[in-house]
Parts: sequence; C-alpha cells; structure tokens
Amino acid sequence: MARKRGGFGLLAYAVLYLAFLYVPVLFLPLFSFNNSTFIAFPLSGFTTQWYGQMFADEAVQQALFNSLRVGAAAALAATALALPAAKALTRYRVPGGAAVLGLTNLSLFIPEIVLGISLLILLSALGIPLSLWTVTLGHIVVCAPFAITVLMSRMEGFDKNLEEASLDLGENGWMTFWRVTFPLALPGVISSLLLSFMVSFDDFLIAYFLVGNDATLPIYIWGQLRFPYKLPSVLALGAMILVTSAILVVVAEWVRSHGLKDRHTMVGA
Amino acid sequence: MAQDGLAGRLVHAYRRSEAARGLLLLSPTLAIMLTALAAPMVLLALYSFWTQDGYALNTQPTLAQYATSLGRPTYRALFYRSIEISAVVTFITVLLAYPMAYFVAFRVEKTKFVWLILLTIPFWTSYLLRVFAWKLILGYNGVINSGLMSLGLIRQPLEFLLYNPTAVVVTLAHAWAPFAILPIYVSLEKIDRSLLDAAADLGDGPVRRFLRVTLPLSLPGVIGAAVLIFVPTTGDYVTPTLVGGSGGVMIANVIEEQFDKVGNWPLGAALAMASMAAVGIVTFLFVAAMRAAAARIR
Repeated sequence: MARKRGGFGLLAYAVLYLAFLYVPVLFLPLFSFNNSTFIAFPLSGFTTQWYGQMFADEAVQQALFNSLRVGAAAALAATALALPAAKALTRYRVPGGAAVLGLTNLSLFIPEIVLGISLLILLSALGIPLSLWTVTLGHIVVCAPFAITVLMSRMEGFDKNLEEASLDLGENGWMTFWRVTFPLALPGVISSLLLSFMVSFDDFLIAYFLVGNDATLPIYIWGQLRFPYKLPSVLALGAMILVTSAILVVVAEWVRSHGLKDRHTMVGA
Repeated sequence: MAQDGLAGRLVHAYRRSEAARGLLLLSPTLAIMLTALAAPMVLLALYSFWTQDGYALNTQPTLAQYATSLGRPTYRALFYRSIEISAVVTFITVLLAYPMAYFVAFRVEKTKFVWLILLTIPFWTSYLLRVFAWKLILGYNGVINSGLMSLGLIRQPLEFLLYNPTAVVVTLAHAWAPFAILPIYVSLEKIDRSLLDAAADLGDGPVRRFLRVTLPLSLPGVIGAAVLIFVPTTGDYVTPTLVGGSGGVMIANVIEEQFDKVGNWPLGAALAMASMAAVGIVTFLFVAAMRAAAARIR
C-alpha cells in the first residue's frame, strides 16, 4: 500500500483520521458499560444494568417501534417513487426531466430546519394534524434524492438492450418491468430501501417540527438528554443504534457493489 | 391485442411517445415534490411577508419581518456568527479530508472498498449521537477533564472546552467529515493518471505536479464538498443547542424559538428566508472565486 514515496506519511495520516472519526463516537459504548451514572474517568466497573434498564423501558420500545414504522414507510414510498423516476431519467429523453431531478435534489441544499418549518406551515394551513404520517411525508422528501441517485446509477449499470429484447419478443411494458428491469435493478432497490430507512431513522430535526404526540427514537433521546440520571441508559440505547446502523451500512454497500460486480452472471442466470 | 376508438389511439400514442411515457413515470415523484417541497417553500416565502396578530395571521403584505430580521442587532450578530462558524467548519473539514481522500484515491489499490465503507459508516450513524458524544467529551465533568484529572495533569476542570463557538466548530467538523471525503475522492479518482505521468516526464517535481495538475483537477470535488457542508451547517440546530452555550447560539436557534415558544411564525419565516439568501450569496461568491482561482492556476 505504501509503496510510493510519501506513502507512509499518508497512511499514518489516514489512520489518525479514522481515529478522529471513530474515537469520539466510541465513548458512547464505552461508558454504556460503566458502572456509574457519571460519564467520567476513571471507569468504575463493568455492568450491563443500563442495557437492562433501557430494554425494560416501555417508552423506548414505543419510540423504537414508531421509528421503525416511519422508516419502513418512508423507505418504501421513496423507493417506489424513485424506481419509475430513475427508469424515466435513464431510459427516455424526457422534456423537463433534469428539472424534476433538480427539484428532488433541492432538499439536499435546503437546511433541514427550513424543510421542517415549511412543511409545518403547509400542514397547519391545510389543517392536517401532526402525526407519524406527517413525519413520514417529511422523510420521503429527504430520502428521495438518495433513492433516485442509487437507482439511477444501478440502471445505468446494466444493458438497456435486455429490456428492448423483451419488448421485441412480445412482452408488454409491465411484464418487461417485472421480469427484466426489476430483477436487474434489485440490488439498487435493496440499497435504496436500506439507505432511505437509515436517513429516516437518523433524522431528528424534521421530525422535531412534524411529530405529534408519538415520539420517534431521536425525539425520545432528545427528551432524555435533559435528565443526567437517564444518561447511562441513553448511552446503552445509542450504542445499540450505532452498532445496528453500522451493520446495515455494510450490508447495504455490500449488496450494491456485489450486485454491480455480478451483473453478467445475473443476466446469464 | 386489438385496440380501436379514442382510448386505443391514446394507448397507441402513449406507447410510441418516449416523452409521454417518461413524464408518466416521473409524475408521482413530481407530484410529491411539488406538494411536500415546492408548495411549503412558496408558503414559507408568503409567510415572511405577513404579520402575527396575537393568534391571528394578518396577510397584508409587509416588509416588517425582514426589517426586524436584518435590523435587530442580535439577529444580525447571529447571521454573521452562523456564517462565520460554518465557513470555519467548511475550511477545516475540507482541509482535513483532502489528504484522506487523496490517500484512498492514489495510494490504496486493493482495499479501496474497505476504506470507503469505513469512511461512510459514520455518515449513516446517528447524527444526534455524534454531536452528543462531544458534549460528553468536552463537558465540565466530561471525558477530557476527568481523564486529565485522573492522570494528575490538571487540578481543576478546564471550563473553556464546552459551551462556546470553538466547541461548535470542533463538533461540526467531526459530524460532517464524511460529506467532504466522498466528493473529493470522486473527483480525484476521475483524474486521468497519464496526465500525472506526463507532468513528471516534462520535469515537474511532485509538489509542482500536485499544484498544477492534481489540485486544479480536483477542485470541482472540493467546491462540491464545501457547498455540501457550508449550506446545511449554517442551519444546524442540534450542535449549537447541545454544545454551543450562550456564546455559540446560531440562527437556527432563533428560528426554532419563533416556531415554538414565541409563536411568531412570520418572523421565523423571514429569518429562515434571510438566512437562506445570505447563505446563497456567500456560496455563489465562494464558487465564483474558486472557479476564478482554478482558471488562474492553469
């Protein structure tokens, strides 16, 4: 790896950089096993009591359940919107296609607080009460650019002649979609679902403005940060979230790149 | 499949027309984005010209909210501070990320995938918890203070660590790091390696070659990363609230107040519109300056 000149210095820098990325976050799991309500050195002993306390807390379970529901709904909706959109943008010359893509990607360049308050204004003007559904709507807006980007790159990655061959052989548009396009796009669909789910699951600020009485997990955690005695079980919860989402990222990335490498064998199958 | 009559002809026309098929496939996305993104933004803009009269809304157009937003010294100070903090964060984050991206693009050969995954994991793991981790680290009884005290290096906790603009900068630079690495990496990866060989063959040393070939060609990635960090961080609410203290309050905190405690939505809308305009102008000037600089290097 460090064959070229200056390689060792860069490698050392890269390792330090990774440490800068990871070490601050690793204090959460470290102190979640510490037998003290104070988040401070020296460590006083190993315990799993904070995990027990966290798992026993019904509010945590409810918030987790809410976040899973919102995340699943937002991921499904964003992917269902993005799949035909990605097909249109990669396969057809659509007038105004670039403008639609630009509008979708706009949410990446608007601060989340602005997305949150502007949707809040619209919902209140329409008299729609805040609920987990309104949070889901907000999340669809922020997930859509990720879903479209992933699916477009996947659709650009396989041969469009396969779809044309299917049409030429007499399959109609729907059957071609289900039997050719969808299976080929599947790795993209899975990683779009996973990435959208994680964007939704992680979001605090949009939910903060759009949530009704049912808290999502980040909203619940935010509420607990005020109580020092609750901190250790929040750390336990945080450690669980970090580990789970790290695993999901690796799976999502693996599915995406594995799918890309295997596209020839998949077509042959 | 026999089709006749108007419906049949429409179906036929639809099958033949790429544009119609494409638009039909795009229409669900377009509908959602118009309803949940474009319409709310238009309404936000309208609100910023209205007035809150107690519980009622006065829809007589006025510039009063903008006069307050830009005229009140506390708000003006917050605009400056938000932009200053975000600019510093952007500069530090991009500067730190560049060598990392360079390393993965030019030095790593077989394990690129592993490095990229390692660098993207923090991007997807809880933002709230990444910010909160710094509150634990920098706090009065936090990780650094208690660590240094138990090592006997200090007697009293250091009070300057938490609740100030520097704490906000450090936390944001950490939380947004992955956003800088990926765009820079992509633009470095795209550089045609034969250009570097050509520069070396023509007698450029490594430093000159970097400054004249690699750096200018990677500037699109640097600009992209800078915009991707600068724009959202100016509107960050979590970080200033958790680690900023009174000295690290940013514009998002007063916007939030208008929508929560104060209940003056028109003023909140005007503050949001003004901050987006300010950020837009600064971003435009920055991108223009970078492009001009890139043109001069060449």
